[in-house]
Amino acid sequence: MDSIYTFSALQPIWPELFMAFMVLGLLLIGVFKGHQSTRLLTFLAIGGLLFVAFLLLQTPTSKEPLLHGKIVIDLFAVNMKLIFITALIASYLLSIKYLYDTGFVKFEYPVLIMMAGIGMFFMVSSHHMLATYMALELQAFSLYILAAFNRDSLKSAEAGIKYFILGAVSSGFILFGVSLLYGFTGHLNYSEMADVVSGLTGPERTGAVFGMMFVLSGVAFKIAAVPFHMWIPDVYEGAPIPVTAFFALVSKLAAIALLFRLLLGPFETLVADWQIAIAFLSVMSMTWAAFAGLVQNNLKRLMAYSSIGNIGYALLGIVTLTSQGFSATLFYLILYMVMTAGVFGVLLCMQRDGVVLRHLEDLAGMSKNHPVLAYAMAILMFSMSALPPFSGFFGKLVIFQEVIAQELYMLAVIGVVSSVIATYYYLRVVKVMFFDEPDMPYTGGFGPFRSFVITASVLFAVFYILFPDSLMPFTQRTVNDLLPHGVEPIELIKSSIEAEQGSLPSFQELMKNAFPVER
Amino acid sequence: MGFPILSLLTFLPLVGVFFLAFIIRGDQEFVERNAKHTALFVSLFVFILSLMLLFEFDKSDAGFQFVESYEWISLWGMNFTLGVDGISLFFVVLAGFLTPICIIASWRSIKTRVKEYMVAFLILETFMMGTFLAMDAFLFYIFFEGVLLPMFFIIGIWGGVRRVYSSYKLFLYTLLGSVLMLLAVLTLYYQVGTSSIPDLIASPVAANLQMWLWLACFASFAVKMPMWPIHTWLPDAHVEAPTAGSVILAGVLLKMGGYGFLRFSIPMFPEATQYFMPLIFWLSIVAIIYTSLVALVQTDMKKLIAYSSVAHMGFVTLGMFTLTTQGLQGAVFQMISHGLISAALFLCVGVVYDRLHTRDMAQYGGIVKNMPRYATIFMILMLGSVGLPGTSGFVGEFLTLLGAFQADILVAIFATTGVVLGAAYMLLLYRNVVFGPVTNKEAAAMSDVNARELLILVPIALMVIALGIAPNYVLDRTGPALEKLQNHYEYHIGQDMGDTNNG
Repeated sequence: MDSIYTFSALQPIWPELFMAFMVLGLLLIGVFKGHQSTRLLTFLAIGGLLFVAFLLLQTPTSKEPLLHGKIVIDLFAVNMKLIFITALIASYLLSIKYLYDTGFVKFEYPVLIMMAGIGMFFMVSSHHMLATYMALELQAFSLYILAAFNRDSLKSAEAGIKYFILGAVSSGFILFGVSLLYGFTGHLNYSEMADVVSGLTGPERTGAVFGMMFVLSGVAFKIAAVPFHMWIPDVYEGAPIPVTAFFALVSKLAAIALLFRLLLGPFETLVADWQIAIAFLSVMSMTWAAFAGLVQNNLKRLMAYSSIGNIGYALLGIVTLTSQGFSATLFYLILYMVMTAGVFGVLLCMQRDGVVLRHLEDLAGMSKNHPVLAYAMAILMFSMSALPPFSGFFGKLVIFQEVIAQELYMLAVIGVVSSVIATYYYLRVVKVMFFDEPDMPYTGGFGPFRSFVITASVLFAVFYILFPDSLMPFTQRTVNDLLPHGVEPIELIKSSIEAEQGSLPSFQELMKNAFPVER
Repeated sequence: MGFPILSLLTFLPLVGVFFLAFIIRGDQEFVERNAKHTALFVSLFVFILSLMLLFEFDKSDAGFQFVESYEWISLWGMNFTLGVDGISLFFVVLAGFLTPICIIASWRSIKTRVKEYMVAFLILETFMMGTFLAMDAFLFYIFFEGVLLPMFFIIGIWGGVRRVYSSYKLFLYTLLGSVLMLLAVLTLYYQVGTSSIPDLIASPVAANLQMWLWLACFASFAVKMPMWPIHTWLPDAHVEAPTAGSVILAGVLLKMGGYGFLRFSIPMFPEATQYFMPLIFWLSIVAIIYTSLVALVQTDMKKLIAYSSVAHMGFVTLGMFTLTTQGLQGAVFQMISHGLISAALFLCVGVVYDRLHTRDMAQYGGIVKNMPRYATIFMILMLGSVGLPGTSGFVGEFLTLLGAFQADILVAIFATTGVVLGAAYMLLLYRNVVFGPVTNKEAAAMSDVNARELLILVPIALMVIALGIAPNYVLDRTGPALEKLQNHYEYHIGQDMGDTNNG
């Protein structure tokens, strides 16, 4: 029993331990060297994250939970953490110059991001409801502080408070759901809970479904799926831009990873129930974001609606209930993450006399004043609207391919039509940059790190078409590792339908019947 | 595999783009001059390659030729496959022919952002070539929809007063149709298990499913064509686009819709095609008569030609869906002929627009006195559009109507009235602009076409007459592929009839 706390036995969680020590170290350096050490701290953090990536690659993976069944370090967790590290490094690179330019350089910034990173790492690794909750809160609290980071700005403070209150409500949802689940199953550990849930029948099963729905609502809040999206436009708008970039890049990915783990873990046998819930979230997000985005003039709010819409498309992959579909979701989010990094890089460059511009009109005539930046932004916007031949097209292609393969035609039609509507607001950005008369040029300068992120993102968007095979095997491997006993969720729903003959027509059938076809 | 002529045709313009974007540096005048020359040189080279393709093409072979295949998305078994057959051959040549003409036509009239303009046209050429050459459904889709990207900029940056509205309209109309086609392609991919176009043609899906897929593809191709009642983006786009934009739009982009029908809708969904045939017929009739009447009352020259394009495309869809030898041949011929004639008509409008900066017919009149050469060329093209025997327009209309009479006499009678209406509005246009009393002193002072304008107008006018006199040069090459298409269609329809008779 004692042996599990020896240093070498803890090898699977060395990365997290190292990060935790790094947080303390960075804080100490910051305290002694003052706010001007932020640059140094950021580079130390990046270096540390690279070392963490190295550690992760050495980590032995296994499906066996560790630390009394609280944590599991499997291939899924390791791969997701590698993605997080990329995104964390990108958000560090995006933020440095901004912090110095606008003058609220504070050494806590890199530390808080690292702390949120630890939370995310545990979110994907947790194997126990309480561990999940702790990890979620560790991440969320760092994000609340970051949202209000520019504490002298009324908007930023408002964003922080709003995020905190609504976030607390969603945490309440999750806790309530967890307590219901605990009441009906008697377990908090994922695998034990899954075993009990699969045997539940009648009202007890209904109770567990209730618990699951509360937990899912809480997670839906974290990924900002409609109707749990109200916080995101305000928080995106109020928070300082690098923080918004960090939200857009990393936090959703972590919540989706957690969703994967929950849906394919403790809730695997409730698949018929969560499929409808996720489909509802997905359809609502796609359509609502498409219409609401049309009237936005603030670029950060626009990106907020864009992210809501994109989460809708990503969720479509989950609705298909196949490992390919889950892989498509992950694939889509990675592509989206890369594009978002570039877009926020461009937004960060939009400064005039130390003031960051955030309105659509401020882009006017950018193609004349800053042609390279304008072309980069145009490519990213077209990519986001899924116009071929850019990478965003492949993201949507993979999602819709899986949706069509499962014959969910109605969802596919809703999806593509709302994507056309959403295209309008991406086109507006291009229109303002290219068709309108130029305003004054920006004065902020690009900075080498920002330029690096923008360049990488644009090159990825343009040249992905040449290497379409490159990312999908990775996401597929990652997701396959998560499948319960290697069974596709779609098989579970089929067996559950066979078990309850004469029950309501399943969602699957409902969607197929939308376009009646003889077979 | 030999000489990769099709890949060169498709990607050579991108080499030009690379050269323009990254190599040409210096002061503005130097960049502009070199950008024009580079773009012209590259597009002429592509045109010569397309002529080589035309001469090397084996006219007895009905299948795909010069096929090139490279591994692309191996996970889904999708290959990057290019090929050309009798249906696509002349569209490739047309695209290769019109691009250098567009670049010469813009030589003086484009004054801002010349480099970007040339880049947009070269990218557009890549996408046009790719659309006609792709032998994989996903590849086709990428090129087909990619066309929107340069077109959006060409209209939006270098267009007229309402350019923003028009570019949005073009983009969103076409996109909405295209995404539905994407779903159809995905469904086919899952039903048949491949995305290779020849394989998809070889194994049609269940008749009931065909109906949905046909409608999805129809949404895409009918917008692009454009068919009544979803043609309204076209007049807007034409009016606001710069001259060269209108030329390429009328000359090549509209043909993508017709090409799509021939490549996807008819061979892949034969039963659905038969089922929806009356719908197409009546939509075509409405397009022919209604848009001809609309064209009659236009005062804007470009708008008149735009509406005439919709009417002429009505003949194309009519002929194509008769599924008779004459109808199919006529449809393809009409598309090529219209590609030349309408492109040249837009160039003619561009010639006088460059001088007077108005497209209002009332501002012109009597210019035959000061512009005799212009009047001659304009007349040849106008008569071609009317369908006078001896011009290419006649062959196309005559063949499509022959096909229509075999399929449905009532439809054919209605369609024939379109010929009369076509003559009415074109002659009206010609009379108002070229003849009549001189009402505008400035119009009377315009100089005649210069050498550069002759260089682009004369070859097209000659082609219109040459194709009118010797249509067999085209028909011999399109024949085998279209015959194969017709046999394929009849085989599947006949099989169904057999089934019902037996059952």
